[in-house]
Amino acid sequence: MPAKVDRHPMPKQNPRERIRNFNEVALGYPADVAVEEAKRCIGCPKRPCVAGCPVEVDIPSFVKLIAEGKFVEAARKIKEKNSLPAICGRVCPQETQCEERCTLGKKGKPVAIGALERFAADYERASGTQAASEPAPASGGAGRVAVVGSGPAGLTCAADLAKMGYSVVLFESLHSTGGVLRYGIPEFRLPKAIVDEEVEYVKSLGVEIRVNTLVGKTVSVDELFRNGFDAIFLGTGAGLPHFLGIPGENLNGVYSANEFLTRSNLMKAYLFPEYDTPIWVGKRVAVVGAGNVAMDAARTALRLGAEKVTIVYRRSRAEMPARLEEIENAEEEGVEFVLLTNPIRVLGDERGWVRGMECIRMELGEPDESGRRRPVPVPGSEFVIDIDTMISAVGTDPNPLLVRSVPGLKLGRHGNVIVNEETGETSVPGVFAGGDIVTGSATVIAAMGAGKIAARGIDKFIRAKRERSE
Amino acid sequence: MHRIIKKEELAPKIKLFVVEAPEIAAHARPGHFFVLRMHEHGERIPLTIADSDPGAGTITMVFQEVGKSTCELGTLKEGDYILDIVGPLGTPRDIRRLDTVVCVAGGVGVAPIYPEAKAFHELGTRVISLVGAQTKDMLIFKDRMEAVSDEVHYSTDDGSFGYHGFVTGLLRDLLAGGLRPDEVVAIGPLPMMRATCKVTAEFGVKTIVSLNAIMVDGTGMCGSCRVTVDGKTMFSCVEGPAFDGHKVDFEELMARQTRFLAEEKLAMERYKAHAEGCKCRRK
Repeated sequence: MPAKVDRHPMPKQNPRERIRNFNEVALGYPADVAVEEAKRCIGCPKRPCVAGCPVEVDIPSFVKLIAEGKFVEAARKIKEKNSLPAICGRVCPQETQCEERCTLGKKGKPVAIGALERFAADYERASGTQAASEPAPASGGAGRVAVVGSGPAGLTCAADLAKMGYSVVLFESLHSTGGVLRYGIPEFRLPKAIVDEEVEYVKSLGVEIRVNTLVGKTVSVDELFRNGFDAIFLGTGAGLPHFLGIPGENLNGVYSANEFLTRSNLMKAYLFPEYDTPIWVGKRVAVVGAGNVAMDAARTALRLGAEKVTIVYRRSRAEMPARLEEIENAEEEGVEFVLLTNPIRVLGDERGWVRGMECIRMELGEPDESGRRRPVPVPGSEFVIDIDTMISAVGTDPNPLLVRSVPGLKLGRHGNVIVNEETGETSVPGVFAGGDIVTGSATVIAAMGAGKIAARGIDKFIRAKRERSE
Repeated sequence: MHRIIKKEELAPKIKLFVVEAPEIAAHARPGHFFVLRMHEHGERIPLTIADSDPGAGTITMVFQEVGKSTCELGTLKEGDYILDIVGPLGTPRDIRRLDTVVCVAGGVGVAPIYPEAKAFHELGTRVISLVGAQTKDMLIFKDRMEAVSDEVHYSTDDGSFGYHGFVTGLLRDLLAGGLRPDEVVAIGPLPMMRATCKVTAEFGVKTIVSLNAIMVDGTGMCGSCRVTVDGKTMFSCVEGPAFDGHKVDFEELMARQTRFLAEEKLAMERYKAHAEGCKCRRK
């Protein structure tokens, strides 16, 4: 048995420094640390980590390659299943997936699989070998597929189909690819240069990308079929922001997290006036909600110069949906948490700007349908928080624009697309879907898993169609 | 990339571009808008489609130079390219044949009202157009509006052409004279649309306005353009930009339009200091 070595912590920028810049917080393992961490893997025969990965990455094999110093080979091994390893190594919740199942985790800390994935991908990219090693397959032979939405689900579906030999066109409504990876996740957590390079890899597989194309408006699903596409994948995400539905939410200084983050991330308003899109943040900011998006918004507000940023959440710490790592990062940076508290009204001044937020204390009652204890207001506990900026990060719904334009598409209660979970097929023949448009707001990796399943479903569908017509 | 194939200076600081955008031209209907981005550092700017030609694959846009981005846009020449254009966006107007509509346009709002007037006119609706501007030189789209209207009346704030006063004065005279159109369409600055709605409310005439709220993506993702209509929050990029004007909370929207004034001023000052190309300082 090798001597027991503790899990190697991820080196990070100092909190006091990093709240003044938008550079990446986590710095990544140096090569020697990556090798040492990889050597912690005991290579257990059951390989429980693989079962914990939604895209079935061969984790023990790539970890072993890192331990042997074969870093580029390790990245290639990951890319057999996962076309976006540098992204997943950064934003996947490994602690509830692969790492949660790691055998080492039973008695100590699991292998840092996410950090190793990131290391391998970054190493390969830095050495300039990230393009597809084989030339893109001849297009058109197997069939043509339109993939709508260039977020994690669409990129994965497109990459997998291209690898199978399909001619794939990936449509994106914004001017830039990546979906939530671009507009939602801040630079300090996922540098956009990495999104660019992973999208370049998908292009190198032969995928054609058309930005500025809003399917359902610029071109309809029917037209795509008429233009010769054999199948269509809908990966349009959950981009419709929720608001709380309380008085005062349209006051100046109230943002949806989507608006706040889109201005900063997609439009680079954090570099205003070098970039033209403005963003305004006051001195005292309340972010309502406690998911990853709330943490991202809170930490962005700090970096934009807010003096005090408070997360306001109606449940307790145990129920916060954000990754523990992100909560810790926010706390290190000085974000305050006001828990068991719910806003009931936004207060404005005579010019229509936010000056405060009236809240009520909550206590936890019986478990609700999510299994979490339901927060119940405490009568008479109302109080006011002095703020000048409020960011609502209370979730998003599936984007209705495209799905409502497809006749016969069966939708669920929240406007989500209903699919066969094993194939990604929707109620409309030839139309497949996956990611947040199906599940509602979830994780990058879950969307990627759904993109992968749909790619297989589309392959099967097109083959069956060809056989019938032969 | 979208090539500018024609540029016209319609009035001081008001420019027209005809731009190649075949997919948008093929799908554009009256009331649709689009979003453009000039270059990698640019804002996403929403503009109404002022005309489209599916055969030529072009759309027409008209804009007034008011801030940094529109001033910079105005420096582009025929043959130049616009980096990004996405559309058509928004919910198009449901235009059907009516007896009479009155189109009330203020300032540069005559450009977005033109495709609606044209659509009504082509269906055989009697179109009475009221076009207002600050002064005679600022009256644009005269020939176009005259071609699709049964009557056109003009007003200028300074009395240099047509009725002396606001365009709402013309409208009040018409309605007080007994005209009862099926619908009034009003497009222009927010105070002008609000004033129009006040007049038509007195006479009980249905009024549709087109809101130019601040947007980022223009596809329903950010909620920057939210507006209260009939007590409910709507996204003007998806559910609009046209709404029943009598139900719009104009005070709230006018306050919301000031959200980035300080930043816009800073950007403009910086641009003026840097650029020689902008004609904003010229008379």
